[in-house]
Amino acid sequence: MIPQSWYLLLSAALFSLGVIGFLIKRNLITVFMSIELMLNGVNLSFVTFAHQWHLVKGQIFVFFVMVVAAAEAAVGLAIIIAIFRTRGTLAVDRIDLMKL
Amino acid sequence: MNGHLYLWLIPALPFAGFLLNGIFGAKLPRALVTAIALLAPLGSFVLVVNAAATIYLYVSRCSLCGPPNYGWSILPLIENYGSWINAGFLHIGFSFVLDQLSMVMLLIVTGVGFLIHIYSVGYMSDERGYWRYFAYLNLFLFFMTVLVLAGNALVMFVGWEGVGLASYLLIGFWFQKTSAADAGKKAFVVNRIGDFGFLIGMFLLLSTFGSLTFTEIGATLAANPDMQGGVVTAIALCLLLGATGKSAQLPLYVWLPDAMEGPTPVSALIHAATMVTAGVYMIARTHTIYDRSPFALLIVAIVGAATAFFAATIALVQTDIKRVLAYSTVSQLGYMFLACGVAAYSAGIFHLMTHAYFKALLFLAAGSVIHGLGGEQDLRKMGGLRKHMPVTFWTMTVAVVAIAGIPPLAGFFSKDAILYAAYQQGTTGKIFWFIGWITAGMTAFYMFRLWYLAFLGDSRAETHAEGDSALVHARSDTKLTLEADHHHTPHESPWSMLGPLVILAVLSVIGGWIGAGRFGAFLAPAVGAKTAEAASNSLELILTALAVLIAVIGWFIAHRLYGDNHGEEPLAAASFPYKVLSHKYWVDEIYNALIVKPILALSRFVLEMIVDFAILGGIAWLLAGSASFGGALLQRWQSGNLRSYAAWLAAGAAALLLFALVPWTTVLANIGIHLNTAGH
Repeated sequence: MIPQSWYLLLSAALFSLGVIGFLIKRNLITVFMSIELMLNGVNLSFVTFAHQWHLVKGQIFVFFVMVVAAAEAAVGLAIIIAIFRTRGTLAVDRIDLMKL
Repeated sequence: MNGHLYLWLIPALPFAGFLLNGIFGAKLPRALVTAIALLAPLGSFVLVVNAAATIYLYVSRCSLCGPPNYGWSILPLIENYGSWINAGFLHIGFSFVLDQLSMVMLLIVTGVGFLIHIYSVGYMSDERGYWRYFAYLNLFLFFMTVLVLAGNALVMFVGWEGVGLASYLLIGFWFQKTSAADAGKKAFVVNRIGDFGFLIGMFLLLSTFGSLTFTEIGATLAANPDMQGGVVTAIALCLLLGATGKSAQLPLYVWLPDAMEGPTPVSALIHAATMVTAGVYMIARTHTIYDRSPFALLIVAIVGAATAFFAATIALVQTDIKRVLAYSTVSQLGYMFLACGVAAYSAGIFHLMTHAYFKALLFLAAGSVIHGLGGEQDLRKMGGLRKHMPVTFWTMTVAVVAIAGIPPLAGFFSKDAILYAAYQQGTTGKIFWFIGWITAGMTAFYMFRLWYLAFLGDSRAETHAEGDSALVHARSDTKLTLEADHHHTPHESPWSMLGPLVILAVLSVIGGWIGAGRFGAFLAPAVGAKTAEAASNSLELILTALAVLIAVIGWFIAHRLYGDNHGEEPLAAASFPYKVLSHKYWVDEIYNALIVKPILALSRFVLEMIVDFAILGGIAWLLAGSASFGGALLQRWQSGNLRSYAAWLAAGAAALLLFALVPWTTVLANIGIHLNTAGH
């Protein structure tokens, strides 16, 4: 049986990859994908601990996170499309002003 | 007496006129504005006459009330209109009092006021601010009647301040002119100094008598015959300061000559006939206080005599027709103060009345001259107006003879009464009489000088209108432009202006015939009868003859110097005394250097540099500076750079994790630091 620590390590690795991707990537869509990566890294931790303690709460949290992530994806993509239409770019360094 | 006389209607009518014209005047047709403006003072005058007639014809019909009262004996009538201030011992009500004194004043104020309203219709006919002018004029009549009717000092103060306001508004009527706006401010500020005295006087009255009501103060004084000097003198001197401000006496007279910047009818009504006499009226009204302080009375007499002499010397050489009259007014007011100062209040009020007639006439006639010349005020550019303006000439002649004190015109009787009263006051009185006597000669001289320069000889009017006068400047109607084009042919004024001149001329002739004795007897219940020393008839005759003699001498000198009338100053114009007089003793300059400039400099330093610049400015800069410094600091966090936000977020999360996960107590204990926790 695979020890639990491996799951947790994978979870930490996924989260860290997400953080690094968020910090270093310039394309807004990639940044957005990094956020998803972090969320799912956390999800993995939830599932792991739920399994270890035999508690269903952790699994319910995962569903909440997935629902919120789905909603966030819909709103976030809409915002990204709007930003691209108005500014013609998705480079986060150029998007540093509230006004057009 | 049954029922009220509704005295409040007397001021209420002009106030209604002020409200109507002041609010709606700009939109109303001119005829309606005129109607409102004239009906208000006419109504007041009719009410005053009605009140006088009602009282005169009154006979008490109540047989059970003891001996019947007849006519004047029921005065004073006091009407209360509710209470104003009720605080502790302080009870002040809205009360009006009608006695012989206020009745005489009311007749002058509303009667002469109504005539001047009529005159103004003609004089101001080309004025754009016609409605505004009449609104102010009605406002003045409202406050003046309140002042005169006031039954206590506080109500009088309301009128006192109000006439000051109306005066300010009317002096600055042509406010586009800097000099007019400045003159208005000057009048207001100088009067504040006097009002300060009035206020202190009122506080002293309150603390001494516990009342501001004139009748109560009089009763308290009558009940305490030993109440003399001391605080009574202080009250009298404070009130005198107020009176010198309002009545343009030394040392506060400086505003009145400048007030001539206002329209001429205003000079006639406010700055000659009525408002400036308020100080004299106030002293007569509070005579019970002055009677208890010989020292204050002496000061009043000194102020009056000094002002009369001083202003008359300045009037000798002025070249502006209105300025001659202004200094003459100051001088004549000095006579009235002199009369009050020798406790001859009725003589002062008598002169106040005759002066109201002939000085209003002088100003209105001067206004007619200015109007006819298209705005010219310089005596040196007049001359020969007798042919062009016969009615103005003859009425002016009456006024000049009247003020010069030549019998049987009004000024002779009143001035003679004052000089006679002064002469009876011991040694100091003889000095006052002498000053007044010399001043009478100067009065005759400067009035006849004006008369010769303006009306006789040949015309010295320039052929072109220079357009430098108030009238030409302030009016832009086509009619006046036409008049200005015909500047070289002076014309007689319309009858709306000449009518009041004729009526005032008649009053100036007959106004004194009642005689000082009978007038004094009439006023005696209100201002007290002067206990005249037994003076021989021959002394009175000699004094009268001397007074007439000096008037004739003044006339004669004026005739010798100005009779041939080429417009040049025949006196050695370069000589030092002439220079001193034509510069008005440099009083304005001295006041500027000694008072105005230091106060300005002090307020520039204290208020502008310290309070405004250092304290207020400093606080504002501190607040603004700290905000902008904090902003500059915090601004860096708001770069708008998404990845820097994320980096901060990550760093923050890492720091929190570090804080939460590392067992700090153990770590520190290992390197030798023990935290003070319970249990150790």
